Amino acid sequence: MKLNLKIWRQGGNYKNGQFVQYELPNVNPHMSFLEMLDVLNEQLVSKREEPVAFEHDCREGICGTCSMVIDGRPHGPMKGTTTCQLHMRHYNDGDTIVIEPFRAKAFPVIKDLVVDRSAFDRIIQSGGYVSVNTGQAQDANSIPVEKDQAGRSFDAAACIGCGACVAACPNASAMLFTSAKVSHLALLPQGQVERKRRVLKMVAQMDKEGFGQCSNVKACEAECPKEISVSNIARMNREYASAAFTNESN
Amino acid sequence: MSWFTKFLSSSIGQKWIMALTGLFLMLFLVIHLIGNLQLLKDDGGEAFNTYAFFMTHNPLIKFVSISLYLFILWHAIQGIRLWRSNQAARGSRGYAVNYARSSEVSSRNMAWFGIVIFVFLLLHLYQFWLKMKLGVLPPAEVAAYDHPVQNLYLPVKEAFSNIYYVLFYVVSMVVVGFHLWHGFWSSFQTVGINHPRYNGLIKSVGYAYAVLMAVGFSFIPVYMYFVQQ
Repeated sequence: MKLNLKIWRQGGNYKNGQFVQYELPNVNPHMSFLEMLDVLNEQLVSKREEPVAFEHDCREGICGTCSMVIDGRPHGPMKGTTTCQLHMRHYNDGDTIVIEPFRAKAFPVIKDLVVDRSAFDRIIQSGGYVSVNTGQAQDANSIPVEKDQAGRSFDAAACIGCGACVAACPNASAMLFTSAKVSHLALLPQGQVERKRRVLKMVAQMDKEGFGQCSNVKACEAECPKEISVSNIARMNREYASAAFTNESN
Repeated sequence: MSWFTKFLSSSIGQKWIMALTGLFLMLFLVIHLIGNLQLLKDDGGEAFNTYAFFMTHNPLIKFVSISLYLFILWHAIQGIRLWRSNQAARGSRGYAVNYARSSEVSSRNMAWFGIVIFVFLLLHLYQFWLKMKLGVLPPAEVAAYDHPVQNLYLPVKEAFSNIYYVLFYVVSMVVVGFHLWHGFWSSFQTVGINHPRYNGLIKSVGYAYAVLMAVGFSFIPVYMYFVQQ
């Protein structure tokens, strides 16, 4: 199939960018979206042109690296699907596809479709962990976790930190991401010791990074490739208020 | 910074302010609508004027109304601040292709609806509330009190005999309806009330509430224009 691509090209965060049109005459419908971009880059390199910079790693839908906005939607039109798992069979011959980077002040463009998402790393570093004294491996099931609770925690833990929530949000809010990470640990017994401190620090870091505030638009939930629920945001709102009002050390 | 100001200035604290002041204002709207139903009585404004005197002279209601003015201002100022900081967070460059179907119109335009409502409020207060406070209204005799009360019914009747005012009120109330359509559920979500057993109930009550408020408040000027004139 033949495709027309309109791709955002930008040298760096402080350089001006613009859309550049490309034509791909022979796209195999079995290709993934990233493979289609690989073919484009092969074509560009053979013409001695600069290839389009885009991020990718596992190509299995679990690393959260393949960030781009396809026709206005982070990770493209398929529900619960990362860009790498999106296949060209969902497009028709002659389609025009507009590809842009995630746009948010906290995600500055590095090059073309690649944005700097280290703000997420700093949110995790501020409290998204459990401190444990490592020793011998524990026996399995030595800490009982109720099944439903474990399920909810796992649903939150499915967040791959790709940033699609920020890209989709009209406020560029990172609350779906942060709340998923807060919920993941707050729901497990291992997360109880640092529970209050964690939510206070992670929210403080999230605010410091310059993300917007959630106004419950729910575009994040609709576009999340892992279908993380906004009920996690409600949980974080509870956790944060209760920690702010009852935390003794601060 | 104390823990409390830290909480209020955090992103989540600011949302809590919006939600709690919003919930208070939503409660006020119910009381306001019930009170205004006095206008539907075909008694030349007797019931309405009695009610207006009571609302402006009861000490408890006076106290609540001062909180109401403060909460309206707090909700509006906080809302504008959030809107501006959210626009800054989005960055100067938007998407070339905007996909709007993943969210509702009401949720994406809360700030715009809020601004329209604020402008409406200024006119609404100038038309009725200010005249009452300045005491420039002619006196009216009512059976409930042995002294004359201010005739607030007069400017109301006058305003709603003008089709343009009626239209302005109806349009404003539709905007209020949109604002509440998102605001009701959103307030609960923000204060952390989200539970699979009650989410459906909160949403349905919220939608019903939004429609009831928009229709209820629109009905009064329409009825006064077409039936009572």
